[in-house]
Amino acid sequence: MAKMSLDDLRKLRDTKKTDIQRREAEGKEIQVIVGMGTCGIAAGAKVTLDAFLSALDDHKLVDSVLVRQTGCMGLCHSEPTVEVLVPGMPTVIYGRVDAACAREIVSKHLVGKALLDDHILDRPAADIMKG
Amino acid sequence: MAYNHFILTCGGTGCESNKGDEIYKSLIANAEKLGVKNQVQIVKTGCFGFCERGPIVKVLPEDSFYVDVKPEDAAEIIAEQIVKGREVPRLLYKGDAEKKSNTAVEDIEFYQKQVRVVLRNCGVINPENIDEYIAREGYLGLEKVLFQWTPEQTIEEMKVSGLRGRGGAGFPTWMKWDFARKAPGDVKYVICNADEGDPGAYMDRSTIEGDPHSVIEGMITAGKAIGSHQGFVYIRAEYPLAIERLKIAIRQAQEYGLLGKDILGSGFDFDIEIRLGAGAFVCGEETALIKSIEGNRGMPVPKPPFPANKGLWQKPTIINNVETLANVPVITNKGGAWLAKIGTEKSKGTKVFALTGKIKNSGLVEVPMGTTLREIIFEIGGGIKGGKKFKGVQTGGPSGGILTEALLDTPIDFDTLVKNGSMMGSGGMIVMDEDDCVVDVARFYMEFCVDESCGKCSPCRIGTSQLLAILDKIAGGNGTEADLEKLETIGKAMSKASLCALGQTAPNPTLSTVKNFREEYLEHIRDKKCRAGKCKKLVRFEINLDKCIGCGACSKKCPANCITQVEGTDKKRPPYRIDPEKCLKCGECFKACKFGAVAKV
Ligand SMILES: Cc1cc2nc3c(=O)[nH]c(=O)nc-3n(C[C@H](O)[C@H](O)[C@H](O)COP(=O)(O)O)c2cc1C
Ligand code: SF4
Ligand code: SF4
Ligand code: FES
Ligand code: FES
Repeated sequence: MAKMSLDDLRKLRDTKKTDIQRREAEGKEIQVIVGMGTCGIAAGAKVTLDAFLSALDDHKLVDSVLVRQTGCMGLCHSEPTVEVLVPGMPTVIYGRVDAACAREIVSKHLVGKALLDDHILDRPAADIMKG
Repeated sequence: MAYNHFILTCGGTGCESNKGDEIYKSLIANAEKLGVKNQVQIVKTGCFGFCERGPIVKVLPEDSFYVDVKPEDAAEIIAEQIVKGREVPRLLYKGDAEKKSNTAVEDIEFYQKQVRVVLRNCGVINPENIDEYIAREGYLGLEKVLFQWTPEQTIEEMKVSGLRGRGGAGFPTWMKWDFARKAPGDVKYVICNADEGDPGAYMDRSTIEGDPHSVIEGMITAGKAIGSHQGFVYIRAEYPLAIERLKIAIRQAQEYGLLGKDILGSGFDFDIEIRLGAGAFVCGEETALIKSIEGNRGMPVPKPPFPANKGLWQKPTIINNVETLANVPVITNKGGAWLAKIGTEKSKGTKVFALTGKIKNSGLVEVPMGTTLREIIFEIGGGIKGGKKFKGVQTGGPSGGILTEALLDTPIDFDTLVKNGSMMGSGGMIVMDEDDCVVDVARFYMEFCVDESCGKCSPCRIGTSQLLAILDKIAGGNGTEADLEKLETIGKAMSKASLCALGQTAPNPTLSTVKNFREEYLEHIRDKKCRAGKCKKLVRFEINLDKCIGCGACSKKCPANCITQVEGTDKKRPPYRIDPEKCLKCGECFKACKFGAVAKV
């Protein structure tokens, strides 16, 4: 995009705001967000990310799932951490997601619409954007 | 098969040992009995962090948060909530008495103990996509700064917020900006200090990795407020991921016209460049940092003049820490009064701590100023790992001290920490348990300061080596009580006479441990004993011949090959023995023995 004016910025913010609220991107309603801070990567988040991509491939889900990256969620003790958003299901954060667990998330959570045992963590704090 | 309810039961150690598993099983059994097995999924989770009120059960999508749950409550949860769709009010967490009983999980004060202001976007947005930052109210505060407010009004808003610098000393941010604004001259600079050299600290790195634009927005705001058109981020080369994300963010901001000439058509110019540091601790000190950017060796120079008057290339310069700058967009966007509502009277807002050491939930924790150590360590951090006993917590890195159990309920802010012989520092928080030795910890920090002292001034250069020599002597069992006084005399001289805060604060870990753990120093000196078994010269490993079953596991692990079988006993498998002359005191045998036969004495 070229340089913006104040109006452009405001327009962009408005459109993107609704996007992020709906958490939709190009019709992909399901999102897998991988924590890719230094400690995440040190704990193997790249392997996790790859495992997601190949599992989505296997399940022919590539077109309907958006895999995103984000920074430190603050839960460094349970890295790699992954947030999973599936419409109609509670949004959860999984911890200690290795490659095997990533494949399990795809088959059980994304396909089977069920949560995984033992890997769920709680969000560290409320969102100040709501207030 | 789609579930309409999810029950999360806590499977953390705390809840598990409190019949968590029974609750889990009973929930499943009741769901089967009442024929709702296909509607509800019952899952075991990790620790919720609220172990004080465990066992915890959470029901989604209602977000019902049940505390102190007992196995016999399971039937009711299933019968009421899953079958009839009604919460079980009696089990819901109730905060203060006047609060409504149906507390939304996010209103629970325990979770409010973390308030993510600085980390608001970390773990939420994609740091490599500026649009996501903008969508989360990014660059909204900047609109006001550029189009509505005068520089004075921006600084006034900073003053109202009460924000104090997060780089360690807690100097009021607005005041620094005001000095620089008033300083004469057309050329001024804004520097973001992302050096972060404290052992155990990684908040600044994570902030840049997770939300680089908040720092950029903070810098543009500072630039507008003081009349600067050029910013620098000084960041250590060891942070490649943070550097990469920052580069991407700067490029995107430039493309959008948020950096560069005539920002958003406001007529204001500002740009940012990155300067890499080689990772010397002293280069985080502001005058040394300026020398380093100028291309000289990073050595401190006396203040005054302060950088706000004569800084980079002798021009008025403000240096702010990453976390300080990340607070700025929130202040301009939500207003200074919003931030001032959080925190204590003299320390406003939140502080990010990197909680590490012998703690269950290590990680980045952001809490309002005034939160107690107990809340941070035991509630948010989940307490000490492996059921050990809490010994102390090191705050402020090499400039700080160790706070003891007696201080657990002190509300933490800049001033209380200093009052108790420690410092905020950048926010490293290292938790120690009974296996840590305070003499050893003091030695570790002193060794660090000996290595990191730039050597320019003698109180620091000589003082740190002297203190380390005395600590070595004590750790080796050769200390005397007079040494404790010497530590104090030298330490006090250093804090008065050193040129920069490295030397001035280097004695802190030593002095605070001598003060708070004097008994332990005396044990090393008088009894030649290290109760934690960390000071190697004072430790001996011995095998108890009666307990030893002769399996030989220890001998296989011993790197010095000094564990051999005792000859000539009538036992079928003769016990093993350690040769004290050759023993390296690595403790491998101690760890290897499953029969408790190896003793640390
Ligand atoms: C030895 C030494 C190391 C320092 N390291 C850092 C550092 O890594 N990051 C930082 O922000 N401040 C560091 N400081 C503090 C800076 O000198 C300066 O006070 C700070 O960057 C000012 O920013 P603030 O007002 O936003 O806190 C250090 C100070 C000393 C004496
Ligand atoms: S106090 Fe230490 S680090 Fe600071 S100038 Fe003196 S020698 Fe250098
Ligand atoms: S490991 Fe323990 S029991 Fe086995 S030989 Fe060594 S001291 Fe004896
Ligand atoms: S860097 Fe991943 S949670 Fe901390
Ligand atoms: S063990 Fe359940 S809340 Fe911590």
